[in-house]
Amino acid sequence: MAQTKQQRLIMRTVILAVLVVAIVYTIFTSATKEKVAVLSVGDKAPDFTLVDLNGEEHSLSNYKGQGVFLNFWGTWCKPCAKEMPAMDRQYEVFKDKGVQTLAVNIAQSDFEVQRFTDQYGLDFPVVIDKTKSVMDAYNINPLPTTMLINPQGKIEKIITGEMTEQDIAAFMEQIAPE
Amino acid sequence: MNKILCTCGHENPKGTVLCGSCGRPLTEEASNQKLVDMRYEGSARRSQTFNKSIIDKVWNFFSSVKVGVSLIVIILVAAAIGTILPQVFYVPATGEAEIAAYYERVYGTFGKLYYQLGLSDLYGSWWFQTLIGMLGISLIVASLDRVIPLYKSLKKQRTRRHESFMKRQRIFGIGENALGENTFAKSEEKLKSLGYNVKREDGAVLGEKARFSRWGPYINHLGLIIFLFGVMLRALPGFYVDETMWLREGETRAIPETPGYYLKSDEFILETYDKEKADEVFNDAIERVGTIASNYQTDVVLYKKPEDALPGQTDKLEEVKKDSIQVNEPLKFEGFAVYQMDFRLDELRSMQFNLSNKATGESLGDVSVDLVEPEMSYDLGNGNKVELLGYYPDFTGFENGEPQTQSPIPNNPAFLVKMTTPETPKGETSFVAIKQTVEPFGENKYKLEFNNVETRDVSGLTIRKDKTLWVLALGGLIFMIGVAQGSYWNHRRIWIHETKDGHIAVAAHTNKNWLSVKKDLDQVTLVANLPPYIDQHDLEALEEKKDGEKSS
Repeated sequence: MAQTKQQRLIMRTVILAVLVVAIVYTIFTSATKEKVAVLSVGDKAPDFTLVDLNGEEHSLSNYKGQGVFLNFWGTWCKPCAKEMPAMDRQYEVFKDKGVQTLAVNIAQSDFEVQRFTDQYGLDFPVVIDKTKSVMDAYNINPLPTTMLINPQGKIEKIITGEMTEQDIAAFMEQIAPE
Repeated sequence: MNKILCTCGHENPKGTVLCGSCGRPLTEEASNQKLVDMRYEGSARRSQTFNKSIIDKVWNFFSSVKVGVSLIVIILVAAAIGTILPQVFYVPATGEAEIAAYYERVYGTFGKLYYQLGLSDLYGSWWFQTLIGMLGISLIVASLDRVIPLYKSLKKQRTRRHESFMKRQRIFGIGENALGENTFAKSEEKLKSLGYNVKREDGAVLGEKARFSRWGPYINHLGLIIFLFGVMLRALPGFYVDETMWLREGETRAIPETPGYYLKSDEFILETYDKEKADEVFNDAIERVGTIASNYQTDVVLYKKPEDALPGQTDKLEEVKKDSIQVNEPLKFEGFAVYQMDFRLDELRSMQFNLSNKATGESLGDVSVDLVEPEMSYDLGNGNKVELLGYYPDFTGFENGEPQTQSPIPNNPAFLVKMTTPETPKGETSFVAIKQTVEPFGENKYKLEFNNVETRDVSGLTIRKDKTLWVLALGGLIFMIGVAQGSYWNHRRIWIHETKDGHIAVAAHTNKNWLSVKKDLDQVTLVANLPPYIDQHDLEALEEKKDGEKSS
């Protein structure tokens, strides 16, 4: 008697718990679907290969063991242009400390990118994602977006919007190998 | 301790109204009724019996039909309110702040509240989803709470019921046994020929037909639950994709959300009905409207990157197939479908300029600038050269003397150029935009004049994948089976037995369509000489009517 009652309570608890978990999960995923990219902090950064203006290939896997400051940008995007000189200065500081800077332009012409890098005197490699496939793999929506990738190849932080030079320095410090 | 022991010896769970075995009324209330309430066979609905822990209370809440109906009403009202103002995806604004501002600007305080309450994205709002989830729980709990006791009591039912049960059935008759032992044999035979399942005991017959129709509502609920489960799956990765992409003629682009697929547009085609060729009946319409589109089409090539290639490596793409995407005829691959949804005609692709001497008008040659991949410099021969210093695809004006572009799309291209000729070896700088030429460093001898453009079309495509469709279809099918089961079949039972004093008692019950069960019983009565029956429901109604007349 007491046993069947006990069983019934367990049964009811299990059924309600399963339903509540399913519903909460559904609501949570659909609520966060649009705002958070498919990639999130802690995920492995997907490898890619893109060609820079000199025809050189750059793969994320080339920088294994280093931190990678991965910046997505476009020449028409004003906040992108504004943070570029600061990024370039910090690149010079951190390149020997094991932090690589890589700027990915979204599907613009070689001409525009070349003129831009000349104008700002950028020294870090700038690659162009002609088919937007890397943009798609990283689910980039607003520009600029910056991914901090740690020496283990995991995404440490995702920054959307403009950064100050202080921000950039702190972020690079964060992903510098020990 | 909580069991009710019936005089027939059957143990019933607490809360039982009619004994599960013999049908004796077990409560005071039931014994005082003329007719018994046959819902759920008088079995104990579990929710009403245990009400101890929190879990039990929650369970009981969801088990209530009133709660279920209230949830449905609330959901309907919310959905109705959701139609008052347009939903977010119809609003010409992107980004949260912009959308919020739009609702407030256009619809005032009501619009602001509407947005804040999540009514502007009803299906996406957490509280609406919570309501749907609660409805799902209600469906499951309420069904379990009813179907299990009902199943048990129908399974356990005895052939011989207690007289008090028989007497309280709506259709009941008692009288002489005209045929003696033969009554039961003949009844059994006739009931069988009418399609009844017959159980026979000493001096008692039970004919039962279409018991499965009692499960109709529960099967129907099961279908709904499967349907809701399918909708839930859409939130999980890999089950549902609904993306859009713009693809220009000649462009190759990664298809969003697909595993390494790329799409190249060869051509976008817009065809209209031709008055000459179309059937004569359409002429009026064509004349009235002007042009009527007959075809929207994008000719595409589908590529897949090799297994080992990384995103960005597009030099080794493998062609999968060529296809023409038309409205309702999507490109299909690996569970994905790419639909023709939208288009933009005549986006600038390249611009032709002519270099000429301003004074003499002498032409030194043409320059064609590819707006997708402009070159650094263009050699016109004979020492004439045009160098591109800057390209501003969507020129909006100058800021601190610097030309600005607001997007990477060539909506309003502008160029900063340096023209070099044997006469002007140092070069002359000019800013060339559509209908605008600026010579920043003084009067030039040569000019670059806009000549001609080439354009291309842009296709708006939608990428869909829906692995939940078959779940939704299955849910819908089961739902309909449940509806049919409960509507087109009726659960009928006819009891015939001998009373202690040698009379014959008959009773019948059905969950709907009483006329038919009476017809069945009439046929059995004829064959087995059963006593005549009365419909006590009619009797009750008649009495009520009389009472009403008296009091008035």
